[in-house]
Amino acid sequence: MNTKIRRIKKSGFSKTFIISIAVILNITFSLLMGYWSYSWLPIQASEAAHYVDNLFAFETTIGTFIFLGCSGTMAWILVFNRAPKYDESNGEPLEGNLKLEIIWTLVPLLLVLGISTYSTSVNYKLENLGSKIKYDYGSEVPFVEEKKVFDYGPIDVISRQWNWEFIYPNGIHSSELHLPVDKKSNFRLITEDVIHSFYVPAFRLKQDIIPGSVITYSLTPTKEGVFRLRDAMFSGAYFSENQTNVIVESEEIFYKWIKETVKKELQNGLNPAGNLYQKRLRNGNRGWATVKPAPDPKVNDAGIESRPHDS
Amino acid sequence: MTIVNYDPRLVKSKNPYPKGPNDWKRFFSFNTDAKVIGIQYIVTALFFLLIGGLLAMLIRGELITPPSDLFDPTVYNGLYTMHGTIMLFLFLFPILSGLTNLLVPPMIGAPDMAFPKLNALAFWLVPVFSIILLLSFFVPGGPASSGWWSYPPISIQNPLGQIINGEMLWIIAISLSGISSIIGAVNFVTTIIRMRAPGMGFFKMPIFIWTVLAAQLLQLLGLPALTGGAIMLFFDLTFGTSFFRIEGGGDPVLFQHFFWFYSHPAVYVMVLPVFGIFSELFPVYSRKPLFGYKFVAVASFGITILSLVVWVHHMFYTGTPMWMRNLFMFTTMLIAVPTGVKVFAWIATLWGGNIRLTTPMLFCLGGLFNFIFGGITGVMLATVPVDIHVGNTYFVVAHFHYIIFNTIAFGIFAAIYHWFPKFTGKMFYEGLGKVHFALTFIGATLNWLPLHWAGLLGMPRRVASYDPEFAIWNVLASIGAFILGVASIPFILNMVSSWVRGKAAPPNPWKAIGLEWLLPSPPPHENFEEDIPTVLNEPYCYGLDKPFVEDEQFYIEKSLKEH
Repeated sequence: MNTKIRRIKKSGFSKTFIISIAVILNITFSLLMGYWSYSWLPIQASEAAHYVDNLFAFETTIGTFIFLGCSGTMAWILVFNRAPKYDESNGEPLEGNLKLEIIWTLVPLLLVLGISTYSTSVNYKLENLGSKIKYDYGSEVPFVEEKKVFDYGPIDVISRQWNWEFIYPNGIHSSELHLPVDKKSNFRLITEDVIHSFYVPAFRLKQDIIPGSVITYSLTPTKEGVFRLRDAMFSGAYFSENQTNVIVESEEIFYKWIKETVKKELQNGLNPAGNLYQKRLRNGNRGWATVKPAPDPKVNDAGIESRPHDS
Repeated sequence: MTIVNYDPRLVKSKNPYPKGPNDWKRFFSFNTDAKVIGIQYIVTALFFLLIGGLLAMLIRGELITPPSDLFDPTVYNGLYTMHGTIMLFLFLFPILSGLTNLLVPPMIGAPDMAFPKLNALAFWLVPVFSIILLLSFFVPGGPASSGWWSYPPISIQNPLGQIINGEMLWIIAISLSGISSIIGAVNFVTTIIRMRAPGMGFFKMPIFIWTVLAAQLLQLLGLPALTGGAIMLFFDLTFGTSFFRIEGGGDPVLFQHFFWFYSHPAVYVMVLPVFGIFSELFPVYSRKPLFGYKFVAVASFGITILSLVVWVHHMFYTGTPMWMRNLFMFTTMLIAVPTGVKVFAWIATLWGGNIRLTTPMLFCLGGLFNFIFGGITGVMLATVPVDIHVGNTYFVVAHFHYIIFNTIAFGIFAAIYHWFPKFTGKMFYEGLGKVHFALTFIGATLNWLPLHWAGLLGMPRRVASYDPEFAIWNVLASIGAFILGVASIPFILNMVSSWVRGKAAPPNPWKAIGLEWLLPSPPPHENFEEDIPTVLNEPYCYGLDKPFVEDEQFYIEKSLKEH
């Protein structure tokens, strides 16, 4: 054996001291990261948001601790355990340590048990997803009775390649989704072609819309403002244009909007993909194949494409 | 008078080469030597890495500004679909098959693979399906453009109505790739189970062999589901059946189950051998035994078994019922346990070692560092409420590139450098290797770290244009991608010039323990020929005075003599 002890043996005290300083620094920084993590996310605009953000902050804290613990140890090794040039001798021949190995099997196990229990409890608090009912293609979308309690709705959310249309219980068609603040709104999510996804980052909520199924979904916006609704499931050529706005208003303004809009004539709604496709045709239809975009939706409220959004 | 140069082994070996050992033509033939096949795989795969990388830079070129201004969005969709497909099926899978071919027989003391002809067939399917896939760029309507998931109904929309279309060629190429992988898997599993050197019980196998076995069994268990799904998709697309078409009562979500039942484990098929590479290299370059060899070995199979029951975590927001989401969240998180065992064992292996920062070691350390990060974001993604927010956003893109490039490709580069002297007989240039590492690490970090924030803020993946608030993260990412493009220059330069005119490599330049290092560089056609060593101890006994094989000195002298 030609192991050389190059390092000065540290006394037990200074070893403990260095480790405790490192752990304290790590905990402090991890807690800070957890605190900062809230700022990496969009505005909290729904009831779900703070649950999701708390869970994310919790995971960021634990994750940072583990990451810094591991990479800090690696950095320490790289600084203090480097072989001098031309030194090809062996290190300490440690083959393993059963106690240590059991600890680092059990600790992660307990940790993931903890995290999954915590997030299961969050799942039960959110409960946005209602029922998913299949229906025959080509037939009327069946009426699905929502068993859960809600304050407003159901609003039909129609997704297409590539525009959105919202139909309110009183028959209003709109290109933007208007919602009353602090009221639980209920939706029936419907697609007319491929899979789309109803995703509002400010709400922290996302639900795929499946062809041949109608999915009921509920959520409660908690902040007034304009938020982006983005299609999050790739849906073909103009997928990235398949966005619209969610406008959360006070109850008063919302009902005023309902009352005024019902009187409006049907007109062409938002259809940025359709405009881009027309442009493509004018430029000689260059590019690879795509299905034709759905025609402009006929809506009472045409919406404003370039409306500034809060998140 | 001309002097004929010939390899002395030609005369000595009982099984002389069919052609001279330095005949470059053997790399273009239906050669059944696993070492030739290994290099064929690796060189082919690296060529496709360049093509996939070029597509990546085109993608990042489009995304450096918010509007879709470089390409028509249809072209963008085709480019990113082909980028993913090429990187997975034409780069990662083939290059890992290549490393497995090179390493498995010498590491277990076998002369070749169990089924050499099948082995050559598995390789020659690669150029066949690669050409089919690349031809799809030139069919009317362009290549497949529904993402590498190819989810119906988008994948079976076939806008031009042509029978031969990009999507159809894509499905054919993927199915052939699956067949090639299944053939390979049968071969690797049989070779490992049946052809080990005397004395090499399961708990004396190198970890790389353990991980290859775990990964290839996973291929055999999982791939039939994807291949079946792909055939049904082909029928739906071409013959109008309705396995997934709602018009005939099919269900598009069913395809997602078929797809992810294999395609999630596929990640483990790729990452397991890389875990094997880490486990091989850390002991060599820290001059220490692998910490907790048995735990690390068995953990590979823990990953294999668990990875078969996690696929629904890709479908948390497709209308999956609550109980299923909770269950699959838990199984997914459980994978952190065996992977944690490995990560901690590697760090403990490094601890107190005599660290040598060679190019392969740098890639291993970089890969491990990135993997810890990617593993943590993986647990975040497994958490249902968090996944519902960040799923299908750039957070996922950033996470899986941290695994698939920043870990897997780093491990592959480490392996290429580490075993380059063994299989080419030449040393590479350390300085160029370090430049390659530095550029790769900086480029990869700059490319994917910022994209996590774009995803957290809600930028969906696969978009050709995006809202201006995401611009800053995308500019950084694009700069990173271009640095990665530059990083390929020192790599190619190093590989080509070292192979052509590098210094001759000794049999064991890293003073590593392992059967392959007892062979001359490059090893003869049938590795140990008639003198197959008897294995005495666990591998990685650095500093332990426990010889790995009986009569080690004989093999060392033999390898030096033939060198």
